[in-house]
Amino acid sequence: MPMHTFTVNGETVTVDADDDVRLLWVIRDLLGLTGPKYGCGINVCKACTSHLNGKAFNPCAVRVGDVAESDEVTTIEGLADTDGTPEGELHPMQEAWLERDVAQCGYCQPGQIMAAVAKVKQVRAEGRSVTEADLDEIRNVCRCGTYTRIREAVKLGAARM
Amino acid sequence: MRPGPHTVLERRVTTQSDLTDTSPAGASRRGFLGYVLGGSTLVAAADLGLGRAPAAHAAVPSPPQVAELYDLEDLQTDAARPTANLITITVDDEGRATFALPRSENGQGITTSTAMLIAEELDIDVEDVVVELAPARPELVFNQLTGGSNTTVSTYTPVRVAAAIAKGALLRAAAVQLRTTVDLLESKAGVIRAPGGASATYGELARAAASETTQRVEVDLKPASEFTTIGTPRNRVDARDIVTGAKKFVTDLDVPDALPTMVCRPPTLNGTPRALRNRAEVLAMPGVTDVAQIATGIAVRAETFGQCIEAIRAMDVEWNGGPVDGEDDESVLAGLRRAALPMAVPKVPVLAKTVDLEFEFMFRSSAALEPYAAIADVRDGRAEVWAGLKAPIVAQKKIAEAILLPTTAITVNVVTGGGSFGHKLFPDHAVEAARASKAMGKPVKLMWHRADEPRQGRVHPLCTSRVRATHLAGQVLSFEQRHTSVETDFSHGLGDMLSATAAELPPGVGNLSVAEGIFALTQELPYDFGVVTQLLTEADRRFNTGSMRNIYSPDVRVANELVVDVLAAALRKDPLDFRLQFLKDERTRAVLERAAEVAGWGKAMPPGTAMGLAVHKEYKGSTACVVELDCRPETVGRTVRDAVTGPRVTKAVFAVDAGLVVNPRGLEAQMIGGFADGLALTLTSSLHLRDGHFLEASWDNYFYTRQWNVPPDFRVEIVDAGVDQPGGAGEAGVAASAAAVACAYARATGSVPKRFPINHDDPISFEVKSFVPPVPAAPTNGRDLTY
Repeated sequence: MPMHTFTVNGETVTVDADDDVRLLWVIRDLLGLTGPKYGCGINVCKACTSHLNGKAFNPCAVRVGDVAESDEVTTIEGLADTDGTPEGELHPMQEAWLERDVAQCGYCQPGQIMAAVAKVKQVRAEGRSVTEADLDEIRNVCRCGTYTRIREAVKLGAARM
Repeated sequence: MRPGPHTVLERRVTTQSDLTDTSPAGASRRGFLGYVLGGSTLVAAADLGLGRAPAAHAAVPSPPQVAELYDLEDLQTDAARPTANLITITVDDEGRATFALPRSENGQGITTSTAMLIAEELDIDVEDVVVELAPARPELVFNQLTGGSNTTVSTYTPVRVAAAIAKGALLRAAAVQLRTTVDLLESKAGVIRAPGGASATYGELARAAASETTQRVEVDLKPASEFTTIGTPRNRVDARDIVTGAKKFVTDLDVPDALPTMVCRPPTLNGTPRALRNRAEVLAMPGVTDVAQIATGIAVRAETFGQCIEAIRAMDVEWNGGPVDGEDDESVLAGLRRAALPMAVPKVPVLAKTVDLEFEFMFRSSAALEPYAAIADVRDGRAEVWAGLKAPIVAQKKIAEAILLPTTAITVNVVTGGGSFGHKLFPDHAVEAARASKAMGKPVKLMWHRADEPRQGRVHPLCTSRVRATHLAGQVLSFEQRHTSVETDFSHGLGDMLSATAAELPPGVGNLSVAEGIFALTQELPYDFGVVTQLLTEADRRFNTGSMRNIYSPDVRVANELVVDVLAAALRKDPLDFRLQFLKDERTRAVLERAAEVAGWGKAMPPGTAMGLAVHKEYKGSTACVVELDCRPETVGRTVRDAVTGPRVTKAVFAVDAGLVVNPRGLEAQMIGGFADGLALTLTSSLHLRDGHFLEASWDNYFYTRQWNVPPDFRVEIVDAGVDQPGGAGEAGVAASAAAVACAYARATGSVPKRFPINHDDPISFEVKSFVPPVPAAPTNGRDLTY
């Protein structure tokens, strides 16, 4: 089987997998990083949302054969080591999630947080701050329905990023 | 440390009136018995059946409605009483208290609230309490079922008793060590101090407080006036693990050799496999290790779940049909209409006017975001299973039947679930994993594909609800409801509980069918509407159903509250004034008044928008919801890719009286989630049965509430009725929310909706995914969709 080398959470990894295996399963089943969750496998529920070179993406919809050696993947496990977060501290968005006690079952929350960070950066790159309309665009499903607190936490985290 | 099966605990007081000792100071005291178990560290124990006086309903005059005097909470709590089995709290030499909760955490926050109860009684920080989930304990009989919003109702007292016994033992050990007497000691934050300033920590005392032999001790519980933890807002104990990705769900567990396993399922509901025609081809696919035919389909085990999906898509399977082949929503509805009970025709004056409306509630999926998943290792005459299970004892029994092993050879571990909503009451996933593991002779980590969940998973039954009410001269004379439903499966334990408790149930209930009994124990019309009858009939057993969050209540209350608004209009009354005039009890009145006041009920609304309100009474508490709904074309017609938009609730206020509140932040969270459920039930979420199968196969087909449906302005109000016992929270938010949104829709559009959700008959807005193969292809364009 082909070998694939890329960066995950700052570390270079090499895995032995068919080109066709989606990156979500490489991350979860082969590398053992279980923060990104499976909720649909067809890029709808967004529970696996992670970052690819700093942008939100869904590894359930990317073949490992399409990942290049220069690609940097960040999962929820590596988020606190990005955006200049001081050593040993959580990312401001994670802190906002704690402050608002957002999670219920918690299954969707790694994806929600990764989506929120990317959404804030996207909006900021457009020279704006987060609006209700921006929050309406977040597609991540939360079947516990804690959407209200997600909205509050995204705004709180954005103010601190 | 496990107590023996014959350990018997008794409660010092035996009747309701004995519970209160009216001491001169007016404080109430409650004495309870428990144990310090023999062992090398401190283990305190209490009977899980503590905390409820013998049923009081016998002394009460014949009630107009059963649930008013004896409800599902009482049934569950009573069913637990005869099981004299212990729960234990262990204090270790670092001062931490550990407790194995015989319930299932799926996001409802019971590990947090239970930690708070222990921290309160032990005088330690919540952070120093570790609450784990107990594996299946068959000796608990009925007392290991998580459902009916009953966890805190039934465990509030026994958990505190065990903690109080632990503290008592620590105090006695401290008195010896610090050379003083117990009554002079003060405990705070895990440290016990003597008058002279000498002190000892719980960790230092844990061994000294242990008893060589099991000792029976009596304790008083801390009075509510001294609570410093109970009633304060606390964050979830697992919040940090969640936001860092460290929290483990079933598929995150690393059980050696338990490789990913999935099942190729039939194209029609509950079809069965006849044969896999290309077994060799599938076995030769990348990563695939095993293929086996099991009762529900063809199971495949592979190095990754992705390779399982590819294998399923490649399978050429010959299927047997299912029991509803060829059927659709309308044919099932026609069967329900034939089964509906007639109205009782109450004797009312000839001049009385009648309101007669029939409502339909379509199939809905109770699937959580975490799909059904279980790990099973069935080898050498033994089985070990790991799964999210709300009724692990029933799971153990059903696994035993499926793989022909005695229950004593099966260990069932309960794992924190990624949501339940009633779904995990059933062990479908655990049984299927056990079958697959047995067939393959290897451990498996079995997971359902998302598409499997709405198509073959548990659903809330399709049902109709006809309401006929009569009124005359400003009074409502009668209110009759005939609820007719596809059968709800209660084989998860509530059914057995009802049968076993039959002799203690109020007159009439013991003779009903299980479902009719549950209906009678949960449904209560909170208004004085003269002759009230609410009856359930079930008619169709062919579907995979379950008690979706709040069981019957959302549908029943939507029908009720819409009719209440019709009656109010007929009597030319404002919906709020009308309800306040007819509401029976003060607690429901109080939440309605609070919600209406905070929401500004009665303010002018633009055409096409309206406010709506509704109340509900269940789980030893009351709820009220007031919403503002925007049904204007520009809102209804707004577009979001692959989404249902439709009317939008722009503001909502939800008031809840849940009795004594352990964790207000957790209670608020449950109301937020319950509202999201009620919103979806009324406006957006349903399954469409066509030609023997459900069309939906994705979260972009089955439209549970998403961010674009959420009210931007949402507020929860907690109303304190001064009650000293907790009520239920997990399901309490749904019914009033669903009903308030329905009432607002009727007022905004000027027509009463009859079928729910209101978008069910819109043209199917998605491309229906294939039934053969039963799972969709994984996309490859993820790199093009980054942001």
